[in-house]
Amino acid sequence: MEEKILLEIRNFSISFTQYERGLRQKELTVIRDLNVRVRAGELVAVVGSSGSGKSLLAHGILGILPYNSRCEGEILYRGEPLTRRRLKKLRGREIVLVPQSVAYLDPLMKVGRQVRSSRKDAESKNRVKALFRQANLPENTEDKYPFELSGGMARRVLVSTARMGQPNLVIADEPTPGMHLDAAKQTMQAFREMADGGAGVLLITHDLELAVETADRIVVFYAGETLEEEPASAFMQEETLRHPYSKALWRAMPAHGFASAPGSQPYGADRPEGCIYGPRCPEYTCACGAEIPFVPAGEGWVRCLRCVEQGEGGEET
Amino acid sequence: MKNLNFVLKKLIRMLLLLAAVSVAAFGLVSLSPIDPLQANVGQAALGSMSEEQKDKLKSYWGVDTPPVERYLNWAKDFVRGDMGVSLLYRQNVSDVIAVKLVNSLFLLLFAWVISGVLGLALGILAGVNRGRWPDKAVKVYSLTIASTPAFWLALLLLMIFAVWLKVLPVGLSVPIGMEAESVTFLDRVRHAILPAVTLSITGVANIALHTRQKVIDVMESEYVLFAQARGESTWQIIRHHCLRNILLPAMTLQFASISEIIGGSVLVEQVFSYPGLGQAAVTAGTGSDVPLLLGITMITALIVFAGNFLANVLYGVVDPRIRRGGERG
Repeated sequence: MEEKILLEIRNFSISFTQYERGLRQKELTVIRDLNVRVRAGELVAVVGSSGSGKSLLAHGILGILPYNSRCEGEILYRGEPLTRRRLKKLRGREIVLVPQSVAYLDPLMKVGRQVRSSRKDAESKNRVKALFRQANLPENTEDKYPFELSGGMARRVLVSTARMGQPNLVIADEPTPGMHLDAAKQTMQAFREMADGGAGVLLITHDLELAVETADRIVVFYAGETLEEEPASAFMQEETLRHPYSKALWRAMPAHGFASAPGSQPYGADRPEGCIYGPRCPEYTCACGAEIPFVPAGEGWVRCLRCVEQGEGGEET
Repeated sequence: MKNLNFVLKKLIRMLLLLAAVSVAAFGLVSLSPIDPLQANVGQAALGSMSEEQKDKLKSYWGVDTPPVERYLNWAKDFVRGDMGVSLLYRQNVSDVIAVKLVNSLFLLLFAWVISGVLGLALGILAGVNRGRWPDKAVKVYSLTIASTPAFWLALLLLMIFAVWLKVLPVGLSVPIGMEAESVTFLDRVRHAILPAVTLSITGVANIALHTRQKVIDVMESEYVLFAQARGESTWQIIRHHCLRNILLPAMTLQFASISEIIGGSVLVEQVFSYPGLGQAAVTAGTGSDVPLLLGITMITALIVFAGNFLANVLYGVVDPRIRRGGERG
């Protein structure tokens, strides 16, 4: 199994240097101690609400973070560190990004040309046409400018960019918001097909429902930290989930009562000591004020003292 | 229909602008403390004249006519296409302007093209290499030049190339003491080099700094990030995305710089004694040659307006959001 791990992110953190009042510098950590693994042929969904730092995770993997950011930890691709040089060779070919919004398209270039990266050969042109037809886009979409596309069309165009080549690893950043349910499902199906075709897909989304339907494994992401990782099947019932936040997410799904947990996600500087979910957790004890490790539990992993105490725990990473 | 409306609107705006500019220019000349008789005839000559002669001169320079009446007289003729007769040159203002404009046009065009092309190139170089040495070099150059008065730079170049190195003429637009027929085109070019270079050097700084900022904005944009994530090289990004997206602001800048170059030419032509439109404007101003001054003001205002108008029209041609968005209404 080990050699089939395509992408492994170990203890990954992203922080920003900010200036506050005059020249005092401040480190703002937006992603902390993140661990994710994607195997070939697997669709892993990172689920978190907006503002949890999900997009930065995608940008961090592809090395396109802003200049005032700093990454720590390791990213391994096919077992070897993904250095800047290696990344430069791989991105766009083996590793592709499906970005979040139409803002990622050049506003002054026709989308057909953008999808084929300005290549002019007939083969590329035909491939774009075929991909657009496959994505149910209207006939002349390749001659349109981004401002002429609807939100849903723009997203389908963005997904098509990933299918131009034969990628081994697809990082998709919120590919479905603003789409009709049918179109969203179709888009998810496109990612499922890519995974079934042997690629690893890391899908970043806030839509737990769609993720449960299509993904193999789900990583719950909260305020820049991974709280739980489970097979998608664990999200069928509340009982099979471990972390109180995962349970709250489950209860917030429309089919399960739409219940919202009180409080809101802390942001960067307001990070509490110890468990990041502590202030909102109904089961908070004083022991939760210490650093909480991410440990294997059952088929998944969890970052919660209470869950480990309940006897399913393992050793620290 | 839409285009016709657009042109009509612009035309009305232009007329209003010209009217306002002429009133402002005339008002300023009327307020000028310069006495045209003293300035143009001289205190000593004036002292030896009879009252009769003085009255004649006064009416020639229009001293005894109320300003409003003088303005209306001028405006009436101007509307009919007659810009009047220059009091200093004793020729039709249109003829004087035609000669001076041709002289200046070379300077202005040269400076306009060079500052545009070079400014764009330096701006892109700096913006793409933000924070590294090419950026720092361009910034140092631009900020230094932007804070240097054009006339001082002109003097400096004059000292270096005309006085010390003696490779270029000190001033004027043709060699001194040469018959007009024997002046070659090359002579004219040689005389225009220093003033044109001065104007270009100052123009480059401004355009480079503005372009740099635009390039930085583009390079930080999400679509450039995505292009990077798709494996496009820096060169490909510049060619495919950067140039495309800075073209529109660059066009605006380029056409807006016309006014700055014309403004700068007034000082620079003065330093090099270059007989162009700028120098004529100074002569007309200090000599109270109202018809000539107003004529020059109108012509330059028209040139600047035409530049901006052209930029507006080109926007519609270049920007698909205006071009296609407009079609769909």
